[in-house]
Amino acid sequence: MAGNNPTSSEYIQHHLQNMTFGLHPEHGLGLAHSAQEAQEMGFWAIHLDTMGWSIGLGILFLWVFRMVAKTATTGVPSGLQNFVEMMVEFVDNSVRETFHGKSKLIAPLSLTIFCWIFLMNLMDLVPVDFLPMLAQKIGAWFGADPAHVYFKVVPTTDVNATLGMSLAVFALIIFYSIREKGFSGFVAELTLHPFNASNPFVQALLIPANFLLEAVTLLAKPVSLALRLFGNLYAGELIFILIAMIGLWQLPLHFAWATFHLLIITLQAFIFMMLTIVYLSMATEKH
Amino acid sequence: MNLNLTLIGQAIAFAVFVWFCMKFVWPPVMQALQERQKKIADGLDAASRATRDLELAQEQAAEQLKESKEQAAEIIEQAHKRANQMIEEARDNARLEGERMIESARGEIEQETQRAKEELRTQVATLAIQGAERILDSSIDEAKHRELVDKLAAEL
Repeated sequence: MAGNNPTSSEYIQHHLQNMTFGLHPEHGLGLAHSAQEAQEMGFWAIHLDTMGWSIGLGILFLWVFRMVAKTATTGVPSGLQNFVEMMVEFVDNSVRETFHGKSKLIAPLSLTIFCWIFLMNLMDLVPVDFLPMLAQKIGAWFGADPAHVYFKVVPTTDVNATLGMSLAVFALIIFYSIREKGFSGFVAELTLHPFNASNPFVQALLIPANFLLEAVTLLAKPVSLALRLFGNLYAGELIFILIAMIGLWQLPLHFAWATFHLLIITLQAFIFMMLTIVYLSMATEKH
Repeated sequence: MNLNLTLIGQAIAFAVFVWFCMKFVWPPVMQALQERQKKIADGLDAASRATRDLELAQEQAAEQLKESKEQAAEIIEQAHKRANQMIEEARDNARLEGERMIESARGEIEQETQRAKEELRTQVATLAIQGAERILDSSIDEAKHRELVDKLAAEL
């Protein structure tokens, strides 16, 4: 618990605030001491906890997989190699079933998405107070007010993280669309679809309507991708925080919710991966 | 919950991770998987080939066994035939030999008879003469009647 017996709402808000580093108009460069200050820092601030955990987990994932990849034998695989191969084959099969074009990028991209998001989601199962408390102790040791040390452990409960990934996927969607269909083909897909007329004049009238519909369809992809993951994990995290407030009874409840949440974090990682594959295969397929 | 630079940082980190995975993780694992797949396929292939070879060898062995059995039967058959033939030949030979021996015995008997007759003839003549001599008490002129008795003897 943060500070000197905070109220429930303070406790929840404290848990939902990222450790923000940026340039404050009044206090200068440094960590935000409150949600208000973080807001005032505007766009040019960075969430140190989100970045730290996500990069750390990404490196953990790549380190394990790279270690296996380096020593991969064609003989009888060891335990860890077995696991890695299982993951790789699982992702490879998913990609093969959905994406019919040729691409060296899609499969490793999907593997990275699945494993990375899964690891980030997995941080949700660490008891909600454990790591923030540790951060507060360390912060206090450095002379900071523990009440103002914010530390959010699960990167996917930060909309920046999920939106960052979905925007990267969005960039890939546009890149693949243009590469496969050409720039004119991409524009034609946005404007000559779904309403079509043989009369050029009528067609010209239909272009704005088509563009509106298609633009919404296109933009909805990254937004829904990001918000689906964020929403699920944020809600799950919130329920963990609420459970953490009810005293001793939290133990069975926490266990029950964690068991259920284990399903959600796997499912959300899988959904993000599958939708990325589907969007990219849609981008490469001609109508 | 405010959007900020984390967005871009996260996108960059994501891109770097994907690049690393694509460059250094995916290809070696995939290669190992494919090589193992090939190895297993080869192994299964070899196993099926060996099974086929075994079947072929068994078939050949069975065929050879059958052939040799047939040969053995043929040889036995021939041997039987040969034995029968030999017995037949021996029987024929024996019969011929017997006939020949009977023939020669008959010739000998004939000869003996002839000789006995000859001897008998001369002895009969002598005996007749002696008897006649005894009966007639040498009254008969030997020279005179010799011719007569010889004639008589020749009629024997």
